Amino acid sequence: MSSALRTPGGVLGFTLTLLFIALALAAHIVAPTDPFASVGSPLTPPSRAHTFGTDDLGRDVFSGIVHGTRTSLTVAFAVIAIASGLGIAVGAVAGYRGGSVDDVLMRGTEVVQIVPRFFLAVIVIALFGPGLDRVVFVLGLTSWPAIARVVRAETLSLARREFVDAVHALGARTPRILVRHILPNAIPTALVVISLNAASVILLEAGLGFIGLGDPRSISLGYLANNAQRFLRVAWWMTLFPGAAIALAVLGLNLVGDALSELANPRRSGRTA
Amino acid sequence: MSGRYLLRRLAQVVPAVAAIVITAFVVIHVAPGDPVLALAGQHGDAAYYALIRAKFGLDRPLPEQLLVYVANVVRGDLGVSYVHGRPVVAVVLERLPATLVLMTAALIVSSIVGITLGVTAARRADRPTDLIVRIAALVGYATPSFWLAQIAALTLALGTGWFPVQGITDARQAWTGWRYAADVIHHLALPTLVLAINELALTTRLVRTGVLEALATDYVRTARAKGLPERSVVRHAFRNALLPVVTVIGGRVGMLFTGAVLVETVFAWPGLGQLLLSSIQTRDVPILLALFLLVSLAVILTNVVTDLAYVWLDPRIRYE
Repeated sequence: MSSALRTPGGVLGFTLTLLFIALALAAHIVAPTDPFASVGSPLTPPSRAHTFGTDDLGRDVFSGIVHGTRTSLTVAFAVIAIASGLGIAVGAVAGYRGGSVDDVLMRGTEVVQIVPRFFLAVIVIALFGPGLDRVVFVLGLTSWPAIARVVRAETLSLARREFVDAVHALGARTPRILVRHILPNAIPTALVVISLNAASVILLEAGLGFIGLGDPRSISLGYLANNAQRFLRVAWWMTLFPGAAIALAVLGLNLVGDALSELANPRRSGRTA
Repeated sequence: MSGRYLLRRLAQVVPAVAAIVITAFVVIHVAPGDPVLALAGQHGDAAYYALIRAKFGLDRPLPEQLLVYVANVVRGDLGVSYVHGRPVVAVVLERLPATLVLMTAALIVSSIVGITLGVTAARRADRPTDLIVRIAALVGYATPSFWLAQIAALTLALGTGWFPVQGITDARQAWTGWRYAADVIHHLALPTLVLAINELALTTRLVRTGVLEALATDYVRTARAKGLPERSVVRHAFRNALLPVVTVIGGRVGMLFTGAVLVETVFAWPGLGQLLLSSIQTRDVPILLALFLLVSLAVILTNVVTDLAYVWLDPRIRYE
C-alpha cells in the first residue's frame, strides 16, 4: 500500500469506512433484534441490556443504529453507482471528443450541478410518496456532475499523451482507447470525488430522514435523530448515538477522500513543502 | 471587466433557469395522480381545482402547458397555497428574511473564523496548532448540522441555560428597540454557531491549502529575499489564497440553504425550515415547489456574483 494511505488520517479513514461496511453487511448478526420491535421499557438510559438505551417505544437504539447504517450505506452505494456511471461516461466522452460535444455536455453538467439536491428530493418524495428507490433515483441523477468534471479534466490531459497516440497508431478504436487506456488512469482522481460524494449522500439521506421523509419500512439514522428531537430533554442517548454514527461514517469517507487525493496528486496535498 | 463579458455571463443564466423550471414541470407531470394536486395542494375543493386547471391550462397539450407554466413562473405566480389561503410567493417571501438573517450571520462568522484558523494553521504547518485545526475542521465538516444543533440545544441551552432553546424572541417579554435586537441576537447565537461550523470547516481547509500553496511560490520567495517581514509575506500569499474561497461560497449556497432548513427545525427558527416542515406535513406541494425554485435561483445568482467577484479579485483572469 502506498505511503499516502498509511498516514494516520488515511488509516483511520479506511478503518472507519471498512468498519461501517462490515456493520452494514452483518447488521442482522451484530444486532439480531428487530429495530422496530419493542424489547424493553421505554426511554431507559444505556445499560448492559441496551448499550445505547431504548427509545420512547422501548425499541433498542443500538439495533436501530446498526440497521440504520445499513440503510444509509445501501442508499449511498446505489446513488454512487448511478452517479459514477453517468459521471464517468459524460466526463470521458466530453474530454475525449472535445469541441462542440464537450461544450454541450459541460453546459449540461453545469446546469445539473445547480440543482439543489435536497429540495428536489423533498418534492419528489412529497409527490411520489416515501421510499428508498426514489431517493436513490433523484440523488443518483443529480450527483454525477462533480465526477464528470474530474473525469473530463483527466481524460483531456491523458488524451494528449504519447501513449494514446501510440495505441491509436496501432489501430485501436476510440471506445477501446477510452476504456482500456484512459479511464484506468483517470479512476484514481475520480475516486477522490466519488468518496466525498458518498459522504455528502449519507448526510443528505440523513437530512431527509430527519425532516420525516425517510422510508417508513426501513429504519434510518435520520429517522432516529428525528424521533429523538421530541425527547431532547429526557433521553440524551436517543440524540447522541445516531448522530455520532452519521458523523463517524462521513468522517471516514472524507478521510479516505483526502488520502486518495494525496495519492492521486501528491503536489496538491495538505503537506506542501 | 468588459461589459460584453457581463452580458454573456448573464445570458448563461437563461438556460440554467429554464432547465430548473422544466425540471419542476417534469416532476409535477411524471408524479402519480392528477398534476392539479401538485399545483393546488391536497386540500382544495372541486371549484378550486377547476380554477387551477384553467390557470395552468391543464386541459391543453403538454407543450402548451409547459409554456403556460413557464409564463406563470416568470411572472412570479406560483399559484395559491390552499393551506395558507394566500399566494405561494407571498408565504415564502414572508419566511425568507429570518432564513437570510441566519445564513448571513453564519457566513460572516464562518468566513472570519475560518480564514483566521486557515491562515494560522498554514503559518504553523505540520506543528501541533496546525494538526488541531485540521482535525477540528475534518470533524466539523463531517458532523450533520441537525445533530450538532441538537447537541448544542442539549448542552448550551438546556444544560447551562445560557441560550434560549427555541424561537426568535422571548415570548414572555415585549422588548422594543435595543432590547429587542439583543433578544433576537441572543436567540440567533446558537443556530448561527451550528450552521457556521460546517462552512467554517470547509473555509479553514481551503484557506490553509491556498496559503500553503501561495507560500511555496516564487513571488513569496522574492518577497522573503527582499527582507519583507513575515507578516507582509503572509498578507501577499493570503490575497491569492482567497480566490478558491470565493468560488466555494458560490457553490455552497444550496448546501447552506439545506443546512439552514435543518437547523431551523431544531431551534424552531421561524424561517423557511419551519415552512418546509409544515408544508410536508400538510402536503402543500406548491410551497415545496416554490422553495425548490427559490433555492435554485439563489444558487444561479450567487454563481454569477462569485464569477464576477473572481474576475474583479484576480486581474489575471480576463474572459473574452
